[in-house]
Amino acid sequence: MSIPEVDVLVIGAGVVGAALIRELSRYELDLLLVEKEVDVSFGTSKANSGIVHSGVHDRPGTLKAQLAVRGCQLFPELAAQLGFLYKQNGAVVVARSREELAELEKLAVNGRANGVKGLSLLNQEELRRLEPNLSPELVGGLLAPSGGIVVPFDLVFALTENAVSNGAKLMVNTEVQAINPEQGGFFVRTNQGGIRAKFIVNAAGLGGSEVAAMLGDDSIQLYARKGEEYLFDRKLEGLVHRTVFPLPSQVSKGILVIPTVEGNIMIGPTAQRVETPDLSTSLAGWQEIYGEARRLVPTLQPNDLITAFSGLRAVGTTGDFMIAPSTLSPRFINAAGIESPGLTAAPAIAEYIVELLKESGLGLRRKQNFNPIRSVVRLRDLDFQAQAELMQKDAAYGQIVCRCEMVSAGEIRDAVRRGATTLDGIKLRTRSGMVRCQGGFCTPKIIRLLSEELGLPPEQISKNGPGSELLLGRLRAVQEEGRKEEQLHA
Amino acid sequence: MPKTKAVDLVVVGAGPAGMAAAVAAAEAGVEKIILLERQAELGGILPQCIHNGFGLRYFKEELTGPEYAHRFVQELKKHPGLKVKTETMVVTITPDRKVVTTSATEGLVCYQAGAVILAMGCRERPRGAINIPGTRPAGIYTAGSLQYLMNIEGFLPGRSAVILGSGDIGLIMARRLTLEGVRVKAVLELMPYSNGLNRNIVQCLEDFQIPLYLSHTVTEIFGEKRVEKVRVAPVDKDFKPIAEKGFDLSCDTLVLSVGLIPENELSLQIGVELDPATGGPVVDSFYQTTVEGIFACGNVALVHDLVDDVSTESALAGRAAAAYLKGEIKTKRWLPVKAGRNIRSIVPQRIVVGQTTPLYIRARYPERNATLHVGDGQTKQQVVSPGETIYYTLKPEDIRTADGWVEVSLEGGRVHD
Repeated sequence: MSIPEVDVLVIGAGVVGAALIRELSRYELDLLLVEKEVDVSFGTSKANSGIVHSGVHDRPGTLKAQLAVRGCQLFPELAAQLGFLYKQNGAVVVARSREELAELEKLAVNGRANGVKGLSLLNQEELRRLEPNLSPELVGGLLAPSGGIVVPFDLVFALTENAVSNGAKLMVNTEVQAINPEQGGFFVRTNQGGIRAKFIVNAAGLGGSEVAAMLGDDSIQLYARKGEEYLFDRKLEGLVHRTVFPLPSQVSKGILVIPTVEGNIMIGPTAQRVETPDLSTSLAGWQEIYGEARRLVPTLQPNDLITAFSGLRAVGTTGDFMIAPSTLSPRFINAAGIESPGLTAAPAIAEYIVELLKESGLGLRRKQNFNPIRSVVRLRDLDFQAQAELMQKDAAYGQIVCRCEMVSAGEIRDAVRRGATTLDGIKLRTRSGMVRCQGGFCTPKIIRLLSEELGLPPEQISKNGPGSELLLGRLRAVQEEGRKEEQLHA
Repeated sequence: MPKTKAVDLVVVGAGPAGMAAAVAAAEAGVEKIILLERQAELGGILPQCIHNGFGLRYFKEELTGPEYAHRFVQELKKHPGLKVKTETMVVTITPDRKVVTTSATEGLVCYQAGAVILAMGCRERPRGAINIPGTRPAGIYTAGSLQYLMNIEGFLPGRSAVILGSGDIGLIMARRLTLEGVRVKAVLELMPYSNGLNRNIVQCLEDFQIPLYLSHTVTEIFGEKRVEKVRVAPVDKDFKPIAEKGFDLSCDTLVLSVGLIPENELSLQIGVELDPATGGPVVDSFYQTTVEGIFACGNVALVHDLVDDVSTESALAGRAAAAYLKGEIKTKRWLPVKAGRNIRSIVPQRIVVGQTTPLYIRARYPERNATLHVGDGQTKQQVVSPGETIYYTLKPEDIRTADGWVEVSLEGGRVHD
């Protein structure tokens, strides 16, 4: 097998890598995106809060401020082109006391300095009118109408799918092991073989430090800051309309009450530095989040809880994003320390890195046939007429697999063709197994559909990659039956 | 709206409740009946319940789940006007009884029904709903979905298991896993008593020497890709785990049997009133909900202990729907039930005056030698347990109409520990 030779190798298929590969796919380039996990978005981006930040929080003059405000502006058009789940619902930062009102005003000044449009301070009555379910103890708010919400993994899927349809290559299960500079670029060794690349972008999230070190670049120092999130049933839809922030602390934007695009309510995240990165949730995390969220929305009840999860932010040492060519090679760009507002900024980070690549000598010629549109079928979003037409074309869209979210077998098969190879991959692409019953009814059906589409025995179907297989094997009686049949045929 | 077909009765769900209701309605003379089922098989949960213990009350003999279902499937076939639609999912039901369905074979279809019987059953409470801290690896199953994977699909989940929850499905699965060679380390129960039937504790745990830890729960799940172990701790009187008494059990599978939730998303869509005590629709003596012409029966109304009770109740609902279609049920005077001492729930919640009404009553906590009072009627209850239904047939003379309600309470009992 010949070694792939590409113009740009992007390491890491989180939201930054995905936004970048999509931006680069506008140009006549050989592109490769590699991801060590079994699927794109399976790292930090999967557990993102899904907020498109207005940019009020970030310190003026930082990359964070510049790229968040720009990113936020890019979202509406991007969503229209790529069809991911996004809503410009606005954000409101609330004050709990008279003293905090002064802080709100400072935040408004900060936001305006960053170029955030439409900010307005709300008194108690105005706040109550906009969000009647907020605690009566809250005395005022800062409304940022440009803020939005997005389904983070859907964003990553949309970006990568569009890039791939525009000619970029994607390799999952591909872990970079060594990077050696050579004439005109790099030779990269991975667990799937070698790759030659003229330029490399390190968008490896928490692995960014390790990847930079493979080149000998020790300037990227990162640590993991864990965030737990708790998701509530969609029957709470409308509890709040805007994303509700308390005033920020030193390390984070605080515990938020987030209305998700799909109508659920999510609360979180915590912000806890961890030495051993794992994705567990904790009783302490729940108590902190629930306590804080109840100070914002007192009617929130634990019995409406559906699930909990956690993610790890890759936090740098500079307090800002670290996006620059390595001092060791202008052809190697680090995009590291992309913590909040990284998801918001991602489309702007992509533009920014394209400029850096250009400065480093990457030739950019626009593709004539670049197609910015990506479309995906969501049965539940269609009217009866459109549903009926779809079912006429393919009966599998009439066969419902997930009763909670009305996901059809057609959409599950479609998700496999879009790149899902695991139960979690299906869940994140279709929502089947994500809500009320948490997969109680649909799991056996999805295992079967994955097995058929991938041509693998059901025992090899996993939750999220090797080691997470769902079934050990067949029952003894079924095994014996199989043996008898084999003997008969022999 | 898609093309509309007029029918007399639509029954949503062909589990034990829907089948019994449809058969009873057909026997009572209803002609055009559509019985809708989202699975490929009829019987709801029954086909995967390959153990015995069904039918003792209804058929006066012991049957397995598939056998029990088969009897009703045979009955369905006797009525040519009763059409069964499998692999068909209900998308919407309107208060004026339009039922929109989808299937691979027919696409979208809308039925305009004279009456609707809701018989969607219940679903299992998942891990998230009980908020167990820890990682999110593969190997965590609710008991019912594991039962499906084993008994219908023929798969083995793992080598060793811990079961959280001693409801009947949890107990049955402890035995089932053991018989397939999976080591069941323990069954854990948060409450100081099991919610399962006593016969299941004996036949599924004691006979196989599987330890049952009462007043214990899982406090953390470990394992990155696959479950590796769980941390278990006893709980105090307020169900708070006593962390310092915690211990670890290694296992690759965690089975959750932590409660059943009536599946009422469609009921909410129609706008029927739900009872917070049961999680199901408020129904009257005829199992009619608060929306006229919409009936509800079986586990969608109340999670029952025994399928036999589901059949009995649902047959009653089926006959009532038939009577409604003939115009025999006019708006009648009813009285609400009122839960008194040690009563968690009562179904039906509305007693039609002059109507003999079988009641399904659930207690809040265990006690001995109590007297059940229902209006003016009373019976002795030697052992009361929240896990076992209390039956009482309410007669018209038990009702004191002047009260404006029917009070149900357990009095004079002794709480045992």
